[in-house]
Amino acid sequence: MRRFRNGAFLALAVLATTIGLACLAAILWTLVSHGFAGLSSQVFTQMTPPPGSRGGLLNAIYGSVVMTLLGILIGSPIGLLAGTYLAEYGRRSPLSTTIRFINDVLLSAPSIIIGLFVYQIVVVRVGHFSALAGAIALAVIAIPVTLRTTEDMLNLVPAGMKDASAALGAYPWRTLISVIYPAARSGIVTGLLLAIARISGETAPLLFTALNNQFWSTDLNAPMANLPVVIFQFALSPYTNWQDLAWAGALIITTTILLLSILARFLLAMLQAQRGGGR
Amino acid sequence: MAIIDQGHAARQLIYEKVFRSATLCAAILVLLILGGVGASLVHGAWPALHRFGTGFVTREIWNPVTQQFGALGPMYGTIVTSLIAMLLAVPTGFGIALFLTELCPPWLKRPIGIAIELLAAVPSIIFGIWGLFVLAPILQSQTQPWLIAHVGAVPVIGSLFRGPPFGIGILTAGVVLAIMVLPFIAATMRDVFDTVPAMLKESGYGLGATTWEVIWHIVVPHSRVGMVGGVMLGLGRALGETMAVTFVIGNAHRISASLLAPGSTIASAIANEFTEADGDLYTSSLIALGLLLFLITFTVIALAQAMLRRLERQSGGRL
Repeated sequence: MRRFRNGAFLALAVLATTIGLACLAAILWTLVSHGFAGLSSQVFTQMTPPPGSRGGLLNAIYGSVVMTLLGILIGSPIGLLAGTYLAEYGRRSPLSTTIRFINDVLLSAPSIIIGLFVYQIVVVRVGHFSALAGAIALAVIAIPVTLRTTEDMLNLVPAGMKDASAALGAYPWRTLISVIYPAARSGIVTGLLLAIARISGETAPLLFTALNNQFWSTDLNAPMANLPVVIFQFALSPYTNWQDLAWAGALIITTTILLLSILARFLLAMLQAQRGGGR
Repeated sequence: MAIIDQGHAARQLIYEKVFRSATLCAAILVLLILGGVGASLVHGAWPALHRFGTGFVTREIWNPVTQQFGALGPMYGTIVTSLIAMLLAVPTGFGIALFLTELCPPWLKRPIGIAIELLAAVPSIIFGIWGLFVLAPILQSQTQPWLIAHVGAVPVIGSLFRGPPFGIGILTAGVVLAIMVLPFIAATMRDVFDTVPAMLKESGYGLGATTWEVIWHIVVPHSRVGMVGGVMLGLGRALGETMAVTFVIGNAHRISASLLAPGSTIASAIANEFTEADGDLYTSSLIALGLLLFLITFTVIALAQAMLRRLERQSGGRL
């Protein structure tokens, strides 16, 4: 009886793992089969079309790249500095404990709430939707991700290196810039990659900040097309040419994000191997 | 150069102060963001809350034409879809974590672990589009007719599975959410199980316990707090998930007895209606929905973090 129960539960565990892996496989398979069907060179060279005619996703891809980069440019310095404060200056102060807690809450806060927040403080004030508002919403999402990894990575730098620098008479900022940041470089880059991967697929915060734009626009002060919102609108439309483009867009976004995640993981593994070899 | 350059030292000190304040400001900005989110939501929600009072959370009506808004329908949808997701994802995630920590041959451990984490990196809109075009038709043609035929006749719970099989609806949204939060739950549980000291487990095996007995009597009690924390972290995600749900829930602001009927969640209502909302009261009501969601998820996530932190301190102190 004991053996039977043991066998039964272990079989269930194997089944659960199979289900999890099957879901991943099913999603990737659908993406690849539908996505490649909609993929053509036009996707990268033409604008989003009106229903029924042919076109591509060029303006959406451009908008996504611009807003993601801008979001990272705004968000990551803040995350980096705040992470530095937590790891170096304020280690055990009550303020740091609170910030760590708040940061973890922000890390899993619903992204649509961030969208509402930026709508209230930017879109309502300015009076219209804009790519800049979208980038700010993405930045707010990127901050907790970079903060968390920066703190973790700075904590990995051996204390001896900091002490050596301090013994030479360097102020902490000098030590940080000349010793600690270079030592933690690949870790920090990993954090940036993860943050890019996280925000480039975000849809909800862009719905009412950047909105969408059917035409080519490089104006940061105007609504801008972006892949996630275009996928959302096109997939829910009844037109097959829009649906095909939505699948192509979904494939592009997922491939990019998975590549970024794998690259980040690879960097992290290299970092650990280096550390293991050094000891 | 034995003489200390006074100017140089003074400049270094200034740089130090500037840099230090910059990091402090950035850290405080994180606090301000969360405070700002709360304040801006309260500010935006005020007209609706002022007009409807507590009726906003107790009424089911949602009528833009007569300007009557109540949050009960979306709140019900949010909670029910998340419960379905948890019912499906927690046992499965537990099984995966168990497999990865206790059963899996070492050479398989990393690839499967990475695959599960990659599933977590897939953006939610992909789950939505997949749910709409792949999962919903399958549920509509296979699962739901079966549920209606076999479970629909059972008293009490039968009423949950009646009505026509739409494909999209509360149940489908719950299933898509389950697949979405599965990797988070599985990964957290795996990490929690890994904190159980090997000596405890070996003692169990030494006494002749089977793998399952070791898990049930040693691993689970030892990691209870962390497991609950992981589940609540997953719940926080499920409650606030927008895109995956918006695709498959059908967006109907009413409470149906049947899980097969279309419904709405707080997040899906905001995503669907916000840009089209005309009139200040409509917009304000949607922001009030956002405020409710913020309060609910904040509570759940904060509790989850507190639990995981307690576990971290415990295992940090012991190891």
